[in-house]
Amino acid sequence: MSAPILQLRDLRIAYGAIEAVKGIDLELAEGELVSLIGANGAGKTTTLNAIAGTLPIAGGELRYNGQRIEKLPAHKRLRQGLALVPEGRGIFTRLTVEENLRMGAYCRRDDDAVEADLERVFTMLPRVKERLQQVAGTLSGGEQQMVAIGRALLSRPKLLLLDEPSMGLAPLVVEKIFEVISSVAAEGVTILLVEQNANLALEFSQRAYVMKSGHITLTGSGDALLADPKVRAAYLGEV
Amino acid sequence: METLLQQTVNGLVVGSVYALIALGYTMVYGILGLINFAHGDVLMVGALVALEAISLLQTHYPELGLVPTLLAGLGVSVVVCMILGYTIERTAYRRLRNAPRLAPLITAIGVSFLLQTLAMIIWGRNYHTFPQLVSTTPIEPVAGVFITPVQIVILVVSAVLMIGLVLLVNKTRLGRAMRATAENHRVASLMGVDTNKIIAATFVIGSALAAVAGVMYSSNYGIAHYAMGFMPGLKAFTAAVLGGIGNLAGAMLGGIVLGLVESIGAGYIEDMSFGFLNSSYQDIFAFIILGIVLIFRPTGLLGERVADRA
Ligand SMILES: Nc1ncnc2c1ncn2[C@@H]1O[C@H](COP(=O)(O)OP(=O)(O)OP(=O)(O)O)[C@@H](O)[C@H]1O
Ligand SMILES: [Mg+2]
Repeated sequence: MSAPILQLRDLRIAYGAIEAVKGIDLELAEGELVSLIGANGAGKTTTLNAIAGTLPIAGGELRYNGQRIEKLPAHKRLRQGLALVPEGRGIFTRLTVEENLRMGAYCRRDDDAVEADLERVFTMLPRVKERLQQVAGTLSGGEQQMVAIGRALLSRPKLLLLDEPSMGLAPLVVEKIFEVISSVAAEGVTILLVEQNANLALEFSQRAYVMKSGHITLTGSGDALLADPKVRAAYLGEV
Repeated sequence: METLLQQTVNGLVVGSVYALIALGYTMVYGILGLINFAHGDVLMVGALVALEAISLLQTHYPELGLVPTLLAGLGVSVVVCMILGYTIERTAYRRLRNAPRLAPLITAIGVSFLLQTLAMIIWGRNYHTFPQLVSTTPIEPVAGVFITPVQIVILVVSAVLMIGLVLLVNKTRLGRAMRATAENHRVASLMGVDTNKIIAATFVIGSALAAVAGVMYSSNYGIAHYAMGFMPGLKAFTAAVLGGIGNLAGAMLGGIVLGLVESIGAGYIEDMSFGFLNSSYQDIFAFIILGIVLIFRPTGLLGERVADRA
């Protein structure tokens, strides 16, 4: 097996005195689609934010492509191919859809390739193309999520972190978003997916981690976890 | 009728200077939620540095024409103010980025005092005559209405700078990053934006505009002084609030409206108060407007949401 693209070792993250992530180990091999599931407040968002660099860590190791990146600010991690689609989408509501997408390509100087990538995003997300000049705050939740994903793709990530892309969306839209995620994964982008909708997440991913109160309690292949009664309990938040 | 036309011309001139200064307040507020009370003093530094540079040039290179001298003085002043704006952000405000609101506000007032005191030490307490490099001899394009060449220059330069800024903010990569950062620092950094650089750039641009405004202000009134930044700073802040702080178009509109109200008000204040007040009381209009806006429309003419930012 090739060296992992992402490696967390005994990672701890705290909000002031309160430790939200209490020493977790997690590894992603290049090209994998792995999900991280768990009940509300388990620490999933906290973990993704720390990986992306918008939260400092309190202890442990964080490696990306073998390099320690704890001290790297978020904007430099993005430049190394590590992108996060944040919880709640993080759309720039006052910018147009097109400007939002172009923000994704902020660090790129290969203008022709950016235009080509924009076209690819449009074919993947045709509804986005019809609304390019619209102010993004006026989009529906599903459209905003698509813009958020398209925007992250425009940075040409090697590792894509997705925080609850299905949150608050109708089943048909969720299906569409998961189609997009699979096609991105099929292109070789490594994906770490956080989901409340554990059924769906496990179905789509090769492996998964189950998180509870700041710890990783279980890990295994998607299918094995789907069949595990303890998982059903964990992701439902039951004891 | 002539008074009205004349005061409209004067109002547009001072209004466009207010607008340039107001842009600096509003850009910084938009991106940091901070009222940079030292902004008016950057204008003062701009005027005094230009004065110094122009005097030096006139002494050492008297053969240089008027326009090159003025442009060189302006250029020096713009560069000095850009460095000053950067330094203020870097040393005073950056470390307070996550502090409670009151801390940066008080720091801003401190920076303002600091700049005034330094300027007083360097340039003294006296009023300095600002060289009239552009003619101030009025011309009369319409019977009874006078405008000086320096006023025409002010109108043109302000218009060009405002158009330039609007294009910068709306059409360039830097402008897009500024707007994205203003909306959400964290998400902007997730796009690879070095938000510290963008914030610094905002201060630098605002300070450059303040330098130009300072030179124009001093050219128009013919004086420069270590405390001269206070009044135009306060007026421009009023203009920014009037237009809706954080909103670029609002700052420009607010500046122009304030200039007009003040100027036209000054033209009629004697009649309105039955001779009790004369035009030297024109400053009250700005503060009456500020009061009315804050009471009845705190979001300003074009602003939407201030409550969640302030
Ligand atoms: N900004 C914050 N300040 C203090 N505590 C926080 C903060 N953000 C999160 N927490 C706490 O950290 C813990 C983990 O929160 P986190 O948002 O990571 O959970 P999550 O697994 O993403 O939950 P959800 O499924 O609801 O999104 C929770 O107990 C939460 O209350
Ligand atoms: Mg979460």
